[in-house]
Amino acid sequence: MNVEVLVVLPVLLPFLSAALSLMTWRSQVAQRVIGVGGTALLFVASCVLLYTTYHEGILVMEMSNWPAPFGIVLVSDLLSAIMVLMTGIMAFTVVIYSLSATDPEYEKFGYYPLMHLLHGGVAGAFLTGDIFNLFVWFEVMLMASFSLLILGGSRGQMEGAIKYVTINLVSSVIFLSAIGLLYGMTGTLNMAHIAVVLQGAESPMVTVVAMMFMVSFGIKAGSFPLFFWLPASYHTPPIAVSALFAGLLTKVGAYALFRMFTLMFMDDVQFTHNIILWAGVLTMVTGVLGAAAQFEFRRILSIHIISQIGYMLMALGLLAHTDIRSEVAVLALAGGIFYIVHNIVVKTNLFLVSGVVNQLLGSYELKKLGGLYRHKPFLSLLFFVSALSLAGLPPLSGFFAKFAVIRAGLEAYQWVPVFFGLLVGALTLYSMVKIWMYVFWRPLPEDHPMPERLNGKWDPKTIWMYAPIIVLTIATILLGVYGEPAFQVCLAAGEQLVDPSQYIEAVNPMDHMWLGEGE
Amino acid sequence: MEPLMAYVVGGLFAASIYMILRRSIVKLVIGLILLSNAANLLIFTASGLTRGAPPLIPEGAQFPDPMPAADPLPQALILTAIVIAFGVLAFAVVLINRAYEILGVDDLDLMKETDA
Repeated sequence: MNVEVLVVLPVLLPFLSAALSLMTWRSQVAQRVIGVGGTALLFVASCVLLYTTYHEGILVMEMSNWPAPFGIVLVSDLLSAIMVLMTGIMAFTVVIYSLSATDPEYEKFGYYPLMHLLHGGVAGAFLTGDIFNLFVWFEVMLMASFSLLILGGSRGQMEGAIKYVTINLVSSVIFLSAIGLLYGMTGTLNMAHIAVVLQGAESPMVTVVAMMFMVSFGIKAGSFPLFFWLPASYHTPPIAVSALFAGLLTKVGAYALFRMFTLMFMDDVQFTHNIILWAGVLTMVTGVLGAAAQFEFRRILSIHIISQIGYMLMALGLLAHTDIRSEVAVLALAGGIFYIVHNIVVKTNLFLVSGVVNQLLGSYELKKLGGLYRHKPFLSLLFFVSALSLAGLPPLSGFFAKFAVIRAGLEAYQWVPVFFGLLVGALTLYSMVKIWMYVFWRPLPEDHPMPERLNGKWDPKTIWMYAPIIVLTIATILLGVYGEPAFQVCLAAGEQLVDPSQYIEAVNPMDHMWLGEGE
Repeated sequence: MEPLMAYVVGGLFAASIYMILRRSIVKLVIGLILLSNAANLLIFTASGLTRGAPPLIPEGAQFPDPMPAADPLPQALILTAIVIAFGVLAFAVVLINRAYEILGVDDLDLMKETDA
């Protein structure tokens, strides 16, 4: 078998699963089987893809055999492969969780097909090497997420959806306009080819277009000051959907920023990456302060997403203050990528825990919750580990993710961002301790009688909710105490990013440029 | 032709932003429709307008005649973008209809229950 086929599998498999589960629309059992089987296959395919990419270098697949830059290429470098692997893990765990967490009523309205489409769109966005194709994958992902967001049709979901849909459409239009302007300047859509054309082009228009991309992806990633849609919508859908959104969707924006601002827009680093750096600092500070003011489990977690995005942006922005080929740049990018990996695991896990808490006590309001440490010590332990990991305590994954970013910041002599990075870590701990005190540590408030199911025997059906949480908790511990191999992969990914010529050579858009010579 | 189109695009963007900032959800959707059309025209204009020169290569020749021919790629992009925008806007129209049924208001200022 041709090894390039691996690149297309993470896109193909979810669409196949979506088609199959559409064909079995009436049978919920069949949809569930396809859901678990399809995402398991996606997980395996993404593991193989990362393994192959790590050992054999960047994989490129030319769609329909049209050579770059004329056809669409799917490119798997290490950053893409890592992100696809995270998609696979999240798809698999969240689908297993939804087996017992998602209301059967939702399943009748196409929960599983939409989930598969979302996975396919996300994987496609991570893998494509064509900028217009990236726009199309964003739209695939957005359409699926729109529909998942309003599944159930409650009041909050409608309000959240109007804001989410509007701001995402505006962001898409900015993205599309930027593509149009970029095409007008470079005459190509292939990202590697654009990178070649833009090399050394010190045109102010390039910076204008770069800023348009930055605003568009900044909206999608939830960066300061473009994040207001996120806390207004992410806590409204069914909890499994929230968990998947929280883990994956904002990270697609972060990935796109990493890709664009290491491959294409590297000529005015002082300007563009400084903006990213300071937007990152403001993002983490506003996110963590916003979370401190909240008293709803899911809202705290969703506003925390913003603060975590700040660290990723800070890692990328540090490139403004280092030599691009230096080890500091590699460390900053590797730290950013490791941070994304860590954050996807931990953030999804905390949302999954909040779903279990809601099922036990029937609420997400901190003031109505309590007493879980006495009745469910194991669940409390799972939350405790993830919460400490999010706050960045050793020896969990969050510590090493923050450590790498902060260390890169110190080596780039950026004291202010480093200071805020450490401060925000402490404030994150405050929010997590708040949840811990209210939900787990203190006794249940007296005016809220204890539900029967707390004392009842362990319900075997909830194994589907606990299993993913246990797996993800083990993942965050392993990424901490045995994180060296994972960090090595991230370092290799960082090395690929600081040297775009590897990406460009793999795609090789210049081989077929005979047309240009004739003019 | 390009300067005229630039003004048209600018006018469409301005009108759509004005409509998006209105309080009524129907006007919000009208704004979104204008916005996607403005982006399509922008792609069309930014990639160069060529009149009466289809990108067809005559038999036996190497290059289209007459040169320079119109660039077919932006038209393909716009076609794709129109289809996507159509799907998304159809969704948005259904969404505001459902939202009005469920919330009973069409004023964006009254939809602040979920705001942080």
